[in-house]
Amino acid sequence: MFVRGLKRKCFDGEEDIEGTLAGIKAIPSYNLQRQSLLDMSLVKLQLCHMLVEPNLCRSVLIANTVRQIQEEMTQDGTWQMINTQSTGQASLDCLVSTDILCRSSREQAEGKHVPGYSTFNKDFEGDQAQDSLETMSTASSVQAPRNLQNNVWEMENPQENKGNFQKSLDQIFETLENKSPNSVEDLFSEVDNSYYDLDTMLTGMMSNTKMGHCDGLETFTSPTTATSSSNCKSDLNELDHIVEILVES
Amino acid sequence: ADIISTVEFNHTGELLATGDKGGRVVIFQREQESKHQPHRRGEYNVYSTFQSHEPEFDYLKSLEIEEKINKIRWLPQQNAAYFLLSTNDKTVKLWKVSERDKRPEGYNLKDEDGRLRDPSMITMLRVPVLRPMDLMVEATPRRVFANAHTYHINSISVNSDYETYMSADDLRINLWNFEITNQSFNIVDIKPANMEELTEVITAAEFHPHHCNTFVYSSSKGTIRLCDMRTSALCDRHAKFFEEPEDPSNRSFFSEIISSISDVKFSHSGRYIMTRDYLTVKVWDLNMENRPIETYQVHDYLRSKLCSLYENDCIFDKFECVWNGSDSVIMTGSYNNFFRMFDRNTKRDVTLEASRENSKPRAILKPRKVCVGGKRRKDEISVDSLDFSKKILHTAWHPSENIIAVAATNNLYIFQDKVN
Repeated sequence: MFVRGLKRKCFDGEEDIEGTLAGIKAIPSYNLQRQSLLDMSLVKLQLCHMLVEPNLCRSVLIANTVRQIQEEMTQDGTWQMINTQSTGQASLDCLVSTDILCRSSREQAEGKHVPGYSTFNKDFEGDQAQDSLETMSTASSVQAPRNLQNNVWEMENPQENKGNFQKSLDQIFETLENKSPNSVEDLFSEVDNSYYDLDTMLTGMMSNTKMGHCDGLETFTSPTTATSSSNCKSDLNELDHIVEILVES
Repeated sequence: ADIISTVEFNHTGELLATGDKGGRVVIFQREQESKHQPHRRGEYNVYSTFQSHEPEFDYLKSLEIEEKINKIRWLPQQNAAYFLLSTNDKTVKLWKVSERDKRPEGYNLKDEDGRLRDPSMITMLRVPVLRPMDLMVEATPRRVFANAHTYHINSISVNSDYETYMSADDLRINLWNFEITNQSFNIVDIKPANMEELTEVITAAEFHPHHCNTFVYSSSKGTIRLCDMRTSALCDRHAKFFEEPEDPSNRSFFSEIISSISDVKFSHSGRYIMTRDYLTVKVWDLNMENRPIETYQVHDYLRSKLCSLYENDCIFDKFECVWNGSDSVIMTGSYNNFFRMFDRNTKRDVTLEASRENSKPRAILKPRKVCVGGKRRKDEISVDSLDFSKKILHTAWHPSENIIAVAATNNLYIFQDKVN
């Protein structure tokens, strides 16, 4: 698998490229390879595996690699600042932070339309990743260059695909939000407090308050309601199904 | 058959347990050696099979909890029954495996079918008698240790006091008492206050084989920390810190990923620890923290392929490593169903293959060789022909004999020394 629109240079076997950073850099080739490594890493981080929690170790290692590339690019001066569309949008264009790794996919979906992480799906096309990239939020202060998105995620029908994906995502969020609203007290009274780790709850609460969406908590499915959980699962299955259609796998 | 996810001999080597992705545990037992068939030296046959973990759904996070068995650890045998710990990502269970070869017959109040007898028909007292029956092996869950891990459990380790054990996830390590399931002590917590600052996770942990106060844990940055539980309740400050300085000439964007330690094992003697990272196995002396005493290259020919291996995620494969009973040989797996053994004394190493096509039962394994560029000899295999989907992540070595168990995806291979 590789991103569309970007011709891949032969990475392996060129020892001076993968070798020491202080080694000889054939400038265009090295930058391109480094860029493609960065892109690959971002795709790996963005893809969401909705059903099973992502591997934290893998996510941390990839995020560290991204950070390393960013640092080097900053030193090189090849890191370009993008124009932020608005103050609200500024954070959305930033690169991934590991904070996202430990939030549930639902918390992210309700607060920020950000999918959780997953193992890398090879069939996943670059067009969907662009949508995720655009809606990604993070606390990292480094901002992704705009050309990152334009270079990498060339696609044939960007608007259409993006629209379809976004629409399906929205549909799913709507379904989840339209569950019978529970007040916060109800939510906690039904939850067996001994079960849930306190910081899981706090993470959810904090992420919601950060976005100013107090009603995020109201959309939590009651754990005792079997139908809502099965609806949730079927919604997730629906998303998988949609993803399959989009990638024509 | 499902993908095997863990393999472990018990302390005598009589039993071999495997766990798989479907949450099942299969235990093999070694046959008693008989004089009549000396060439069938103690083969392993299925002894018990049971479903250890079922898939679960975390309703709060809307995520599935996999039933895959991450680790199995045996307890030392203290009576006729066998006990083992098995764990998935979130829950540890203590299983009792026991034999039943007698059955009580002749109950007073119920008949052979179990139905209650009509009291008016009972005219005399009768005491049940134990009669032999076909051997039945039962597995029963005796303890369930749940709800203590927010992150995925990667290791469990039984303490030498046989009363406690630890479970480690990506960010925390908990200490349990076997008798108490609703409480555990947190002994290591590396979760940062701000998760955005997370750059390192725990990858493996193990108790010292003899000192019940000592344990080690490894990290994704290639470091090992040895902790002493006597110093404080929360062992966030290590007693020893093992790290090899980075080789600047080998530095690349993948350096950190390939330095991430996937397994750590104490030697049986307790003097050494062995660590496995992506390309090497290292042996460390507990008394020397600044570098390992031995480094063995498992498959250095992959060093120039790291980008492809990153792309297809193979670079994140977690290989385990094992010591033999006398700590003189170490073994670890590789790709293409190859596994490697290193003799620490003679410094010789061998590559063997676990595959049905390339070896017949009871045939001696032929050493394999990967050719790195240049002219390929007849029996060699070139790096580009390696099958990266056939990986040997889990192996086990009998505690006292030269018998090894090798898990190749969904097949289990057991190899023994040649019988003369």
